Amino acid sequence: MSVDAPKVPVKFTVKDYKSDLHNDWCPGCGDFGILTGIQMALAQLNLDPDKVAVFSGIGCSGKTPHYIKAYGFHTLHGRVLPVATGGRLVNSGVTVLALGGDGDGYGIGAGYFVNTGRRNLDFAYLVHNNNVYGLTKGQASPTLSKGKKTKSMPEQAIQDGINPIAMAVAAGYTFIARAYALEPKYLAGIIARAIQHKGSAVVDVLQTCPTYNDLYTKEWYEGQDLPEKRSRLYKLEDQGFDGKVHDPTDAKEIIAKKAAAVARSYEAEPIPIGVYYEIELPTYEDAVNQRIPALAEKPLVEVDVFNRDVTPLLEAMR
Amino acid sequence: MQKNQLTWMIGGPQGSGINASAEVFAKACSRAGLRVYANIEYHSNIMGKHSFYRVRVSEDDVRSYREKTDILVALDHETLSGDDRRWGTHTGHLHEVSEKGGVIFDSDIGYEPPAGRPGVSFFGVPFMQIIKKALEEVGKGEQARRYEVMKNVVALGSSLALCEFPLELVSEVIIGQFKGKRSEVGQLNVRAARLAFDYVRENFEAKDFPYRLQPHREPKARLLAKGYEIMAIAKLKAGCHFQTYYPISPATDESVYLERQQRDHNLLVVQCEDEISSINMAVGAAHMGVRSATATSGPGFALMVEGIGFASITEAPGPVIVMYQRGGPSTGLPTRQEQGDLQFVLHPAQGDFPHVVIAPGDMRECYQDVFSAFNWAEQFQLPVIVMPDKKLAAAYTTIDKLELKYDKIERGKLFTGSEWTPVEASGREIAAGNGNGHSGNGHAPAADVKEYLRYAFSEDGISPRSRPGLPGGRYWSTSDEHDPDGHITEGVAMRMAMMHKRMDKLPLIAKTIPKDQQYALHGPEQADLTVVGWGSTKGTILDAMKVLEERGRTINFLQCRLMRPFPAEDVERILRGAKRLALVEENYSGQLGALIREQTGVLIEHRILKFDGRPYSEDELVAAFEDAFAVSAPQRVEVVTNVG
Repeated sequence: MSVDAPKVPVKFTVKDYKSDLHNDWCPGCGDFGILTGIQMALAQLNLDPDKVAVFSGIGCSGKTPHYIKAYGFHTLHGRVLPVATGGRLVNSGVTVLALGGDGDGYGIGAGYFVNTGRRNLDFAYLVHNNNVYGLTKGQASPTLSKGKKTKSMPEQAIQDGINPIAMAVAAGYTFIARAYALEPKYLAGIIARAIQHKGSAVVDVLQTCPTYNDLYTKEWYEGQDLPEKRSRLYKLEDQGFDGKVHDPTDAKEIIAKKAAAVARSYEAEPIPIGVYYEIELPTYEDAVNQRIPALAEKPLVEVDVFNRDVTPLLEAMR
Repeated sequence: MQKNQLTWMIGGPQGSGINASAEVFAKACSRAGLRVYANIEYHSNIMGKHSFYRVRVSEDDVRSYREKTDILVALDHETLSGDDRRWGTHTGHLHEVSEKGGVIFDSDIGYEPPAGRPGVSFFGVPFMQIIKKALEEVGKGEQARRYEVMKNVVALGSSLALCEFPLELVSEVIIGQFKGKRSEVGQLNVRAARLAFDYVRENFEAKDFPYRLQPHREPKARLLAKGYEIMAIAKLKAGCHFQTYYPISPATDESVYLERQQRDHNLLVVQCEDEISSINMAVGAAHMGVRSATATSGPGFALMVEGIGFASITEAPGPVIVMYQRGGPSTGLPTRQEQGDLQFVLHPAQGDFPHVVIAPGDMRECYQDVFSAFNWAEQFQLPVIVMPDKKLAAAYTTIDKLELKYDKIERGKLFTGSEWTPVEASGREIAAGNGNGHSGNGHAPAADVKEYLRYAFSEDGISPRSRPGLPGGRYWSTSDEHDPDGHITEGVAMRMAMMHKRMDKLPLIAKTIPKDQQYALHGPEQADLTVVGWGSTKGTILDAMKVLEERGRTINFLQCRLMRPFPAEDVERILRGAKRLALVEENYSGQLGALIREQTGVLIEHRILKFDGRPYSEDELVAAFEDAFAVSAPQRVEVVTNVG
C-alpha cells in the first residue's frame, strides 16, 4: 500500500477502491463484474476505505479482496463467515463485507451459511454463484442441478443443486437478494442496499465462468439461443414484487413474504433477480449491547480491558 | 487417633447431589485452615450412573489423591459393591476403605455389612427419615420426595459427627450458597445436617472413631478453586476481550464462567455452531485488534486445526487456545483424565509453522501461563496453546495465594499511524532478485516511497501490526503464501524469506520466555532417580517424592512445561547428568518421551504410563518410583487403577 500525500476526499470514487495489484482472473470472468459492483457500491455509500474490511473464502472469488483498496482478509475455504463474524463482533466501527464462491458458501461452508442467518449479525455476504469449482478446474458446485454436465465434468452431476434463496429464508437472513455479475450497475445497487441493511444480508450473484461453465454462459443468460432472444433474467420489481416486510411485528405478513420469496426462488426460467425478502429485526449486536452496555458506546476493540479488578472473583473462592 | 489427615469420599448416582456435598465439605475444611485436594470421577451421563467425589484433607500441601478412604459415604448399593452390568465398570469402593475406617450408608438401600472387614465401622443412617423430620418441623413433611437431594447434607452431617468437626463451619458454607429467596431452603439444609449429626452422635459410639478433623484457631485465608475458574480469571486479568466456544467436556465450564462475567468485565463470549467456527471467529477477532481466546478439548481441537495454521501464516496476534485434554482417541473417555494430546497439539496442521505450546502443572502455573499466553500471542503474532487436562480443570484445590510473577501486559509491535516501514524492509530486493518477474504486488520499485506493509521484514521477524479501522494502516492478509503487502506469491525467494520470517520466531520466543516458565527441576540437583513428567502429574509426583524422601531416597523431578519451542539444550544437560531416569505420563505411548528423544536424542527407557482414564494416585507413583529404584533393566510399566 503506497502512501500518497495525505488526502481525505469528501467524496470517494470507484478509483479509490482499486488496488494496483495485477489481476489474474481469466479474461471475461464474471468476477470482474462483481469486483466492479462492489467498488461501485462502496463509492455510492462513500465509505472510507480505511473503515472497510473485506473478507473472502478460497477460490477465484477469494482473490477479490486483493483487488480492493480496503482492509482485506483472504481466509480459509468455507470459513469466511466465522472469520468475518469474529471481526465484525469486536469492531462495530468497521463496515464488514464477506464474500465467497458457491462451493465455499453452500458446500464446505454450509453450516456457517445457516448459522450466520440465525445470528442476524449486521454485515453483507456475497456469493459468487457460477455452478462450478473454477480454481480446481470445473467440478460441479452445490448449485449445479442433477443431470447437468459442464465441459470438464466426466459425468453428469449425480446430486441435485440446492436453492440458496430458500435456504437463506429458512436460515433467517433478513435481507435476501439475487443479482447478475454482468450487470454491475444493478448489482452495485443491490450490494449497496445489502451493506446498508441492518442485519445479515445475503446476495446470491449469478456469475459466468467462461472457462469451465459452458452451460450458463453470457449468451445463455442473454437468451441468444431463444427464438425471441430475450434475457433469461427478469427483475422482481418489474413485476411489482415487493419482498419487504412492512410490519415486522405482523407474523402473517412475515409468513406471506417468506412464502412468496421461496415460491419465486423456484422459478427456473426466466430467473428472478432483485430483492426477494427484507425485514428489519433486532440484530445480534443489539442483543450484545444489552448484555454489555459499554459496547453501545464504542466498539469492543476500543474498550480498555487491561485494568480489570479480578480480586472480587478470587475473594469469592475463599 | 489420626488428626487432620483424612480422605473422605461420597458416592452415588449422578444427579444425586454428591458434588454439593463434597464441595461444601471441602470448603468448610479449607476455611478451617486445612488443605484440601478434591477430585470427582463421573460418567458421560446426566443422571443415574455411578459417580464419586473424593476429598483429601491435610495439614500440608496436597496435590493428589490417596487410594485409601477413611470415611466412605454411600448413597446407593453400587458405591459399596460395584455394578452388575456385563463387563462391570467397577467393583465398588468398600475395598478402598482403610483398616479402621468408617462407612456411612443410607439404611434404606438394604445393605448388609460384610463380615470380611472387621476393623471397619458401618453406620446405617435413615437418610429419608431425617429429611422428613426436618421438613415436618416446617410443615412440609409430605414433600420429602421432592427434597431427596438433601441426602447430600445428611451425608455431610453424619460424617462430621464421626470426625468431630464443628457443624457450624459447614452450616456457614451452606447458608452462603442459598442466598435471597432461597435462604429458606438453606435453613432447611442446615437443619437436616444438624439432625443427621445428632442422629449419629446418639446412635453410635462415634467417640471411638479414630479420625478427627480439628479447625485451626486462627485459620489462614486461602483460596479453594477449580482449574477452569483460575484459567477464566487469568483470561480476564490478561485483558481478553473475546471468547468463543462450542460445548465440550471438560472445557465448557471455563466459557460458562466467563459468560457470567460479560457485563461486569466487558468481555464478549460467543457460543458457536462448531469448533471450526470458534477458532475462525477468534482468528478474525485477533486480526481486528482484540485479545481473543477459545477453549476446547481433543475432539474440538481436531476440528480447529486448519484455523491454527491459518492464524500462524497470517501472523494473527492470537488466539489463545486453552485445550483441556481428556481421554482419547475420538470421543474416547469424555469425562476422564489423559495426557494423550501432546503430540497432536505439537503438530496440529499441514506445513511448517510456528506456534507456542505450554503445559501448566498446577493452578498457579495455569494462572501464569494463560496470562502470559496473551502477551506471547501479540508479541510474536501467532496462536498460543495452553494445555491443561481434566484433572486440572476439575480438581478442587486449596491455593495459598494466586499472584502473577510476570504480570506486565505486552502488546508487541503496533502500527501507530505515524510509523512507516522503510523501503529497505519491504522485501522488494528479495522479490527483484527472485527472477520471477514482478514483486508480487505490482508496485513499481521506487526507493523514495515509504509505505506500510503488514508483513514487512524486520530484524527480529516481527512486523508492526495494524488493525482494520486505523487510518493509513490498511493491509491485506491471506492464508496463501504472501509478500510483505499480504498479496499471494509463489515466488521462490519470497517463499524462502517468508518461511524464515515466520519460523525464526521460535528461537526468539525461546529467548524471551523466562527459563523458570519453560521447565523446572524440583528437588536436589543430583539424585539417585530423576523423574521426568509434565502437566497435572506434577502435583502427584511431588506428593510421592515427599513420601520417598521421608524413606531416605534421593529423587528429583524434571518438569517440562514449554513444549514448543522446546528448551532442548537445558533438558538434555539435565537428562545426561542424571543417574537413573524414569518417564511418567498419563498416556499410552509416552508422548513427552517422544518429544524429548526428538529434541535431545535422549531415550528414556524406563516408562511409567497410565491410560485408564484416571489420574495417578500418590500411592501408585510411590510404588512405581520404588520399582524404578529397584529394577535392574528399564522397562515399560503400565499402572492401572485399583478400580473403584
